[in-house]
Amino acid sequence: MKGMTIIVKTITKLIAGLILLYGIYILAHGHLTPGGGFPGGVIIAGSFILFLLAYGKDIVYKRLRKNVIAFFEPFGGFIFLVVALLGAVVGLFFINFLNKGTPLRLFSAGIIPICNIAIALKVGCALFAIFVAFQILGREE
Amino acid sequence: MTQLYLFLIFMLVAAIVAVETKSLLGAIIALGAVGFSQAIIFLTLQAPDLAITQVVVETLTVVILIAAILKTTRIDTTKGVLTTSVLGVAFTAVIVVITIQLLRFLPSFGNPIMRVSEFYINNGLAQTGSANLVTSVILDFRAYDTLGEATVLFAAATGVIVVLRKIGKKK
Repeated sequence: MKGMTIIVKTITKLIAGLILLYGIYILAHGHLTPGGGFPGGVIIAGSFILFLLAYGKDIVYKRLRKNVIAFFEPFGGFIFLVVALLGAVVGLFFINFLNKGTPLRLFSAGIIPICNIAIALKVGCALFAIFVAFQILGREE
Repeated sequence: MTQLYLFLIFMLVAAIVAVETKSLLGAIIALGAVGFSQAIIFLTLQAPDLAITQVVVETLTVVILIAAILKTTRIDTTKGVLTTSVLGVAFTAVIVVITIQLLRFLPSFGNPIMRVSEFYINNGLAQTGSANLVTSVILDFRAYDTLGEATVLFAAATGVIVVLRKIGKKK
């Protein structure tokens, strides 16, 4: 796959960063506004997929190694489990053991932002891996 | 309310088109229409969390499905068998009758039973510190369910990669 025309490439160059930023916003404000780990992770994966579609796999794979996805997908699940087990050490499985802070601030709600980031890593990497599998690994002569 | 019924009828029509059309690209676009109307219905029912997730996942699903058919075929070549169709219609009729019987036991539309959610709404902000109550439910009160969901997604991604792998596959 070689990538698309120069129109698509230019538009992608302008838009992909904004999509990534919007995904990070949805993810980081998951405990304040609608959104959270799942949609945030999928939007971030979507910006990578847009880049992959527009520029083709050769240029993207120069920047992004395959091991990155294979590392971060289990890593997100690992953080999620570690947070849950740390709660089990203090008291209960998944207990909110951090300081809750004042509501409606970015750094509040204890473990919930950490869990959001872990879920976003997991979901984003899993969906990106599925797309890469369909796009590149399947049926290639 | 009229808006809701309009979008439901549109979803039904698009779903029938998605099943019946011979062009696979058209079927995928009809499937996307179903998903995006579902997102608008979620917005109408004041569930922005679900609407965001639905829009994002639907977009990605359509892109992945199009990537899949670009590698394979664009025309549906399966042929309908008469006995299978008759059996399918009979089975659907039985399911519809049972569902209509069961739906009478549900609470009426717009008046949910608020036994558990009343506790979440009253104590969610105080107990978790999260202003978004949906997040406080899925990552604090019901975080164990979210762990199971993450496991399901992990299994799905592993399955897709195992089926489509290149290394170690028999020629």
